[in-house]
Amino acid sequence: MRFLKSIWSWFDDVTGVSSWLIPLAKHPVPHARKSAWFYVLGSATLFVFIVQIVTGIALASAYVPSAGQAYQSLTFISGTHFGSIIRGIHAFGASAMVILIGLHAIRVYLWGSYKYPRQMGWLTGVALLFLVLGMAFTGQLLRWDQTGVWSVVIAAEQAGRTPFIGHWLARFILAGDTVGGATLSRFFALHVFFIPALIFFFLGFHLYLVIRNGISEPPQVGRPVDPKTYRAWYSDLLHREGVPFWPDAAWRDAVFGLLVIGTVVVLAITVGPPALGRPPDPSIIQASPRPEWYFLWYYALLSVIPRWSETYVIILGPLLLAVVLVLLPLVAPKGERSPFKRPWAFGIVAFIVWMIAYFGTLGRLAPWSPRLNAPPLPASVVGATSGSVADGAKVFHDKGCEFCHKISGYGGIRGPDLTYAGDRMTPAQMETRIYSGATNMPSYNGNITPQQLSDLLAFLASRRRRPAPPTSANAAAK
Amino acid sequence: MTTDIERASECAACDETRRRFLSRLTMMLGSIVAAIVAIPCVGFLLGLRKVPRVWRTVGKLNDFQVGSTVNVAFLDSSPLPWAGVTARNAAWLRRISTTDFIAFSVNCTHLGCPVRWLPTANLFMCPCHGGVYYANGDVASGPPPRPLRRYPVRVQTDEVQILASPVPITTEKI
Ligand code: FES
Repeated sequence: MRFLKSIWSWFDDVTGVSSWLIPLAKHPVPHARKSAWFYVLGSATLFVFIVQIVTGIALASAYVPSAGQAYQSLTFISGTHFGSIIRGIHAFGASAMVILIGLHAIRVYLWGSYKYPRQMGWLTGVALLFLVLGMAFTGQLLRWDQTGVWSVVIAAEQAGRTPFIGHWLARFILAGDTVGGATLSRFFALHVFFIPALIFFFLGFHLYLVIRNGISEPPQVGRPVDPKTYRAWYSDLLHREGVPFWPDAAWRDAVFGLLVIGTVVVLAITVGPPALGRPPDPSIIQASPRPEWYFLWYYALLSVIPRWSETYVIILGPLLLAVVLVLLPLVAPKGERSPFKRPWAFGIVAFIVWMIAYFGTLGRLAPWSPRLNAPPLPASVVGATSGSVADGAKVFHDKGCEFCHKISGYGGIRGPDLTYAGDRMTPAQMETRIYSGATNMPSYNGNITPQQLSDLLAFLASRRRRPAPPTSANAAAK
Repeated sequence: MTTDIERASECAACDETRRRFLSRLTMMLGSIVAAIVAIPCVGFLLGLRKVPRVWRTVGKLNDFQVGSTVNVAFLDSSPLPWAGVTARNAAWLRRISTTDFIAFSVNCTHLGCPVRWLPTANLFMCPCHGGVYYANGDVASGPPPRPLRRYPVRVQTDEVQILASPVPITTEKI
């Protein structure tokens, strides 16, 4: 014991660690009382980031960042017991980071903590938010299955909409003319070296600013920020009722951090890592690429906005978001911090959360996507096994109608549900629609024989709430 | 030594000039070093590999029936040795007569998803946002802004060949 002590005092003497570490750990923070648990979100994001580094290094020790072999190396990693758990932690950790950094940003916004003197704290945080989203996107890509490959193509097409440099940008993302050997290496370097380096830089800056400007005190109605007096008032507050960060505040960070990381690990073990899709072979055209949940809302948003606005949204949307986030602390550096005096802040947060939840759910459903794997309608639904109704049901499937129109629970939801089409439209109306098409429906003029058409119309006309003679098969289906 | 100090203190103004010169020199040298390293790195990263396009055989003439549209796979123009399956590319190939073929790019002109040919419906459909194209590649409905891109095809003696081309970016001029 004495020996260890003497080693420590030698080490401390030559490094001076305790002279800065101890004051740092014990620096006073405002006594947050009831609000204290709101302060754990930033530290939890940091803890999960550390988990991501550790699991990322573990994965990188076996992952082969080669376009031709990454998939096999991931199959190998997933095949080992611990490898699968580590992949799970890394994937759920990514989700946790996106959620936590989002919640942290919401907390800081609602509490007006971005106001003087913490504007740079907010701005570095905005940079970190975008970098984390960049990590999430590139990370999903490194899974390098079919979805990974098509995500690159879709990203390139979106970038291609940029004026002037679109062409170059698209080719830059693909790292060439097509997806190929160079593509993955580039995203690997981004995900593993470039973005993390930027994160370290901004994170260091962010933490330094937290120490320099102090953690913001819980806002109070009627206590606006005045840049002229704030610093003096804040240091006075710390004098009066500050508590040392370590351990008075740190224990909550530890409890919440443990909770978050524990959840991530439990999910990794019980649910497991995201399954690998088909191999990254661009010639396999059976693909329906979908983004991860954190970008699903964006995918849905792009799918439902009016078509003319699409390019503007793709290019200006993210840009506008960045501009708004950057301008926020610059245009509103002082005044009331309490959200009760800034009710629109609640409104904005509610809107963002609603948008992500609503469009995220919509994206999962993807009503605009045809269900190309819809099976032919079973006889129980058709209500006939021969004759024009049965033939018409076959036409309904073969001509692709069913991929977009649902009948009795079968088929897609892009177009109207036709379960009771016979009640709503006359055969003449149907015929017109089939021939003319619509914005989202192809015209079948010249693409359907008279026989097929009359069968199809007979079938559709038989789609009624009360079928003329209810067959037993129909009753069984209900 | 003392003389140096004396001389320095004698001329505070010279010190000032000398220091300004030295700090500018240091910063300039630093920038030069940064540029020396940055130029090749950035040039390497931003430079795009230009590869000549090559014709790839996708099958024998007799493999294809007149009127049918099939999915064919072929290699990129210049696959890197480690590209593996990612060097593969696909097209929808239709034989329209004994001698003529059409090859459609599989990439939807909306956002690049792989479209599928539905032989009975005589349509191409896109799984991403439901774009539909007629058999000739024209847009039938949905978000795609323009017809499916076509790749050059030729018949060399007995072999059907497609010109391995870049992934079409919709906004690019052809
Ligand atoms: S990518 Fe084909 S419809 Fe959007």
